[in-house]
Amino acid sequence: MTVLSLLKNRAGASWLFLVAATVLSWAVGAEHGTGSLVPVLVLAIAAIKVRLVGLDFMELRHAPVPLRAAFEVYCVGIWALLSALYLWL
Amino acid sequence: MTATAAPPHEKRVPGESGTWVFLFGDMLVFGAFFVTFLVERATAPEAFDAARTTLHVGVGVTNTLVLLTSSLLVVLALNAMRVGAAPIATRAVAAAIVCGLAFIALKVFEYISLAAAGHGPGANDFYLYYFILTGLHLFHVCLGLGALSFVLTQTRRTELSPTRTALVEGGACFWHLVDLLWIFLFALLYLVS
Repeated sequence: MTVLSLLKNRAGASWLFLVAATVLSWAVGAEHGTGSLVPVLVLAIAAIKVRLVGLDFMELRHAPVPLRAAFEVYCVGIWALLSALYLWL
Repeated sequence: MTATAAPPHEKRVPGESGTWVFLFGDMLVFGAFFVTFLVERATAPEAFDAARTTLHVGVGVTNTLVLLTSSLLVVLALNAMRVGAAPIATRAVAAAIVCGLAFIALKVFEYISLAAAGHGPGANDFYLYYFILTGLHLFHVCLGLGALSFVLTQTRRTELSPTRTALVEGGACFWHLVDLLWIFLFALLYLVS
């Protein structure tokens, strides 16, 4: 049993995606003025990252449907709520 | 844990069900904080945006990568425990704890350099929220390190009872919660405001 064999799974792939998404959100989000739509994209990337942490690190991908659904609703709900507040307040 | 590990695709709750009540409660409380932050931001968007640019975004990115890596190490540790690879599990949890300590060190560096530049909690509302939100998160990091220390004491056991398995999984999930909350905080404080 090697470390690599324990990481050749969905969690390992998700970590690579999460690192790339972090760098992407930094690249697109670091420079923008007030009123820009970029923050909505940055929040969407954050919500996608959080969803992956839940599904592949917290093992919710194989959790009972109500638990997984509650988590997915949280991810989408927070993104929608924060984006709406950013755009319309 | 070897004897109690579930088949890979059987539907099951990681940790105890009660753990998830606590985790969701924490996520909702932080969700309320995120909303409050954006409501406050709407009163002075230019001031918040100007203050945002004074943060050390490189340190924020580094801390995000540090927490993501620590989370992967915890996943590695649980997988190793499930197949009886105790030495790998022990080293992975220890490395995750080192990542957590590195996060704290970088945060303290950030606090000190911001305060030295005159951007302490009293400078304006952005900095007040920044220190409160990241301070609350830092408290969670410390609790998470306590949870990981418990997991570290379990990695060398050859077999875990169902109760201990649930506690180990619950501790791991709490550490992932620390990672999850930081992902939103990093986006809100360093990139959005």
